[in-house]
Amino acid sequence: MTRALAALAGALALLSLLVGRAGFGVVDTAILWELRAPRTVLALAVGAGLGLSGAVLQGLLRNRLADPGLLGVTGGASLGAVLVYYYGLAATLPVTLPLGGLAGAGLAAAAILALASRTGTGAALLLAGLAVASLTGAAVAVALSFAPNPFALAEITVWLLGSLEDRGWREVLLALPAVLAGAALLLGLGRRLDALSLGEAGAASLGVDVPGTVRRAALGAALAVGATAAVAGGVGFVGLIAPNLVRGPVGERPGALLLPAMFAGAAIVAAADIAVRLVPLQQEMRLGVVTALIGAPLLLRLVVTRSERP
Amino acid sequence: MIAANGVVVSRSGRRALDGVSLAFEMGRLTALAGPNGAGKSTLLSVLAGLLAPDAGSVTLDGQPLHAMAPAARARRIAWLEQGARASWGMTVREIAALGRLPHGDSGAEAVEEALAACGLAAMAERRVDALSGGEARRAMLARVLATRAEVLLLDEPAADLDPAQCFALMRLLRAEAAEGRAVIVVLHDLALASRFADRIVLLAEGRVAADGTPEAVMTEEEAGRVFGVRIGTDALPRVLP
Repeated sequence: MTRALAALAGALALLSLLVGRAGFGVVDTAILWELRAPRTVLALAVGAGLGLSGAVLQGLLRNRLADPGLLGVTGGASLGAVLVYYYGLAATLPVTLPLGGLAGAGLAAAAILALASRTGTGAALLLAGLAVASLTGAAVAVALSFAPNPFALAEITVWLLGSLEDRGWREVLLALPAVLAGAALLLGLGRRLDALSLGEAGAASLGVDVPGTVRRAALGAALAVGATAAVAGGVGFVGLIAPNLVRGPVGERPGALLLPAMFAGAAIVAAADIAVRLVPLQQEMRLGVVTALIGAPLLLRLVVTRSERP
Repeated sequence: MIAANGVVVSRSGRRALDGVSLAFEMGRLTALAGPNGAGKSTLLSVLAGLLAPDAGSVTLDGQPLHAMAPAARARRIAWLEQGARASWGMTVREIAALGRLPHGDSGAEAVEEALAACGLAAMAERRVDALSGGEARRAMLARVLATRAEVLLLDEPAADLDPAQCFALMRLLRAEAAEGRAVIVVLHDLALASRFADRIVLLAEGRVAADGTPEAVMTEEEAGRVFGVRIGTDALPRVLP
């Protein structure tokens, strides 16, 4: 299953290199290298980071509805980017946009880690994440309410919907190291997440350092999700749906889901990013809108099939 | 030998354990009994190293438990939580294999033996969330046995089991004790404790109220005093193993 999903993500990456406004195929090596290649790498990184983080958080919190958005780092990244727009820095110095997103995600992650480390439980992490997400959401709403001009308001709103349009190697260099570092932390958690299926006390009785596992999961997910949100904006549903999609064929053992969910996430975002370029509209559809359009029916289907199972 | 030495645990200003000193030898099956809130589960958590006592200590073969690395402790002490269940629809074999986690190996032989001992070999690939309550409980027990620990701490493993399964469970625990393990089990069924345990410890209000062989402890005076009811020792169960 893991190999099949990796092959699917690879095939979609190849297709992503061939699709764009300039036409199908390799129409120009500059377009291929400067536009489509970084966009494809980012789509894979964003999807892989979200899918893997979703699988880890669902295992950690023992809840199939856990989503990386609950951590609050996406909200932190959004707030950072929105402030860059708000103060007009994005137009004069574009690199400040992903940097603002990274700074916001970093601050949110630091706050969550500090709050959750006091008790070191999954419930504490969830509560801290919800508090930070609510706070950053409120701050973004304030920024929207007091947007300096209608153009800034439109830019902020569009950015919040998520996109990989016009992202280049600069964004790849900013996001990829953090996603890789986060993935390295998260992929090593498999057996600990298996043990946590017995609850936190059950896992501790098997010799698992539960507070350490919570901290590592929070840090890994914050790195992966924060970096992706900083460069791509809000891409919802992927972290929620990717683990649930692979749970059927792979089984429910949390540790067994990590790699398949990572590749499924990469495939979903790569497919969505191809779709936004294929839909003939004046302006590209937003990536976050398409992932929600794909994700919501899939989630509904899972709800129906799950309720039908005895 | 695993021993609690003057263990005190306070919770919300109340002493859940109040100076408990008990030593449990290898090769013996001990039943812990007592009224609700007597401190039985707290004592098991302290013996498992999951709860640090406010005063006193726990030692395993003379070595303080808090000085042991968590994985080393988990290889030697296996704990079954009261009402333990898995959050995911993992297979019975996957649940049993969790018992090998402290060893860092797959321990296929130990897992298969544990499954067979718990009568689960035929349903090893079934999901635990599709099993009956009693079958799921046995899957959790298989996880504990697969660790092959020297000390087994089991909190009400007989809950949800029918009489035949209760007897099968207690025979299994006796066999584990016969292999040299210290088996300490919380039981509410006094008849079951009397029939199978080498020793019964009665706890009341965080203290040891009675400790000895079933014949010495399960008297109308001792047990009746602890539980606050009349214990008819001449009317032990009619169901025979």
